[in-house]
Amino acid sequence: MKIPIKYSLRNFKERKLTTGITIVGIAMVVFVFAAVLMMAYGIEKTLVQTGSDENVIILRKSSTGEISSILPPDVQNIVSSLPYIAKTSGNIPIISYEPVVIINLDKVGGGLSNIIVRGVSPESIILRPNVKLIEGRFFNFGARELIVGKSLVGSFQNSKIGEQIKFAGGYWKIVGVFEASGGGFESEFWGDSKQVLDAFNRGNTVSTMTLKLNSADEFPLFKKEFLRDRRLKEFEPKIEKVYFAEQSETMAMFIRILGIVVTVIFSIGATIGAMITMYSAVANRTVEIGTLRSLGFKRRNILAAFLMESLLVSLIGAGIGIVLASALQFFSISTLNYSSFAEISFKFAISPSIIFLSLIFAALMGILGGFLPAVRAARMNIIKALRSI
Amino acid sequence: MAAIIKVKDINKSYQRDNFVVPVLNNISLDVEEGEFIALMGPSGSGKTTLLNLIAGIDKPDKGSITVADINIAALSESELAKWRSHNVGFVFQFYNLIPVLTAFENVELPLLLTNLSKKERKEHVVAALTLVGLEDRMDHYPKQLSGGQEQRVAIARAIVTDPIIIVADEPTGDLDKKSADDILLLLERLNSEYKKTIIMVTHDPNAASKAHMQRHLDKGDLV
Ligand SMILES: Nc1ncnc2c1ncn2[C@@H]1O[C@H](COP(=O)(O)OP(=O)(O)OP(=O)(O)O)[C@@H](O)[C@H]1O
Ligand SMILES: [Mg+2]
Repeated sequence: MKIPIKYSLRNFKERKLTTGITIVGIAMVVFVFAAVLMMAYGIEKTLVQTGSDENVIILRKSSTGEISSILPPDVQNIVSSLPYIAKTSGNIPIISYEPVVIINLDKVGGGLSNIIVRGVSPESIILRPNVKLIEGRFFNFGARELIVGKSLVGSFQNSKIGEQIKFAGGYWKIVGVFEASGGGFESEFWGDSKQVLDAFNRGNTVSTMTLKLNSADEFPLFKKEFLRDRRLKEFEPKIEKVYFAEQSETMAMFIRILGIVVTVIFSIGATIGAMITMYSAVANRTVEIGTLRSLGFKRRNILAAFLMESLLVSLIGAGIGIVLASALQFFSISTLNYSSFAEISFKFAISPSIIFLSLIFAALMGILGGFLPAVRAARMNIIKALRSI
Repeated sequence: MAAIIKVKDINKSYQRDNFVVPVLNNISLDVEEGEFIALMGPSGSGKTTLLNLIAGIDKPDKGSITVADINIAALSESELAKWRSHNVGFVFQFYNLIPVLTAFENVELPLLLTNLSKKERKEHVVAALTLVGLEDRMDHYPKQLSGGQEQRVAIARAIVTDPIIIVADEPTGDLDKKSADDILLLLERLNSEYKKTIIMVTHDPNAASKAHMQRHLDKGDLV
């Protein structure tokens, strides 16, 4: 790099308009790129946040999610008598027997959406200390009452305290609003496990069991016992956090792939823009290139100077795109969770690796866009370049 | 005194569309060390072409050009670039300063190809700009300077590496009489005080009269 960077830097400041347009184009692409990655990361964070690494969730092996899991009563009995499960002072195993169902609710802005209703046992309060009421009261066991996750409040009709929503042939009263450290539970309704089973005529067949071990370290021992029991061979225990993290993977991957495909298509436009700008820069500076060459600068120095110019433009665009995208952190949106087919609400989340990837992506656009023009500059014949005044 | 530049039997032609345009026909020319020579001749006679060949930015089709015992016609492109950076100072009709760089930075450019430290580079640049009388304009950009001043910056850039030869293609062609005289005076000083060998292409008889020797080109022949 013999030609100083300030040469590249000042040159692109000279052509404010074309450079400005190129920067805006690259900033837009980087914005979309970063936003998509932030969305995928936000979903991951939300779902990972949902689970605790202290809890164990039991599901049917073939199930793709809680909704499609089925645990019949005999299985529940076998599991509840396994060793290592923590007990309350009253010697009751700390287990929440949870039917997880999907209902349709009217959105405030119109349209229907799928929402999860989770029935929980009284022990779930011990299992999930991060679930906290922020308004109203807890539902009463034995009553058709619900508490609502804070992400749902205001997005669905009749989802405020004191109102009633209708499903499974009956009315359910909303009595409280809860939060769950930003996790996926905040996009659910919770009620009494028995009431939910009743309303949906499920008998005693729940979807999942979530339980607490004496100590989280005992999971391998617990799992060993679990697997040893042949009656449980169609079921499996998982650390709750691991389970929700896995649930987020499909969806996060889907968003990432879709997003990257879309932004790569956009980026072709931005790259061509950068290329046009750089071609005109090269054409306008033909004599300058001839002069530099006659002073003894080599073709590769010229190539590097023009590539650097294009790279700097793209990195400035990237900076702007990233700053704009990081403002999205203050927004939360909801989308369909492809593993449960229910709405899940989450916040965009940025990470150092997203910033790094965005910079790499922009640098690639700059280098690709700048490459052919830089090659043209480097290939110029000195005499012809000098004669082109 | 021995000839520092020996041009021997060179031919040069350019391809234009489907024709071959002969520009220089079997030219030979010796220039002695410390000489100040003016190349004159009508437009299109090949003056710039001959100058470019001597300066090593173009190559003859045939013949040899020896500068300080190096046959530059036989050097590769990258060897030639390196050779130019050490041995040739260029002065152009339209100054050819880099508009986004200050006078100081323009003069510093050729030194970026050397191994000099930043401090040493600064000393050389200041010395060169002082020699051309522009030590107080170092931070000015070319567009903040007059044509004569720009050409003086260009001369500072040409001498900052202490080259063996200075090639100047119509250095006063774009200047008013007063500025032109200043530039010619400067070139004369470089020649007499600093013993630089100078080859200057010019149309202007007044400019040519400042040189020790005048050579004329006509349709590719040296007369
Ligand atoms: N790169 C090139 N390609 C084609 N023809 C060229 C090229 N360079 C020079 N010529 C031709 O060679 C001839 C001599 O050109 P040159 O520039 O050496 O003349 P000159 O004596 O410097 O003229 P002027 O006084 O107008 O500067 C001209 O006919 C010119 O058109
Ligand atoms: Mg000429």
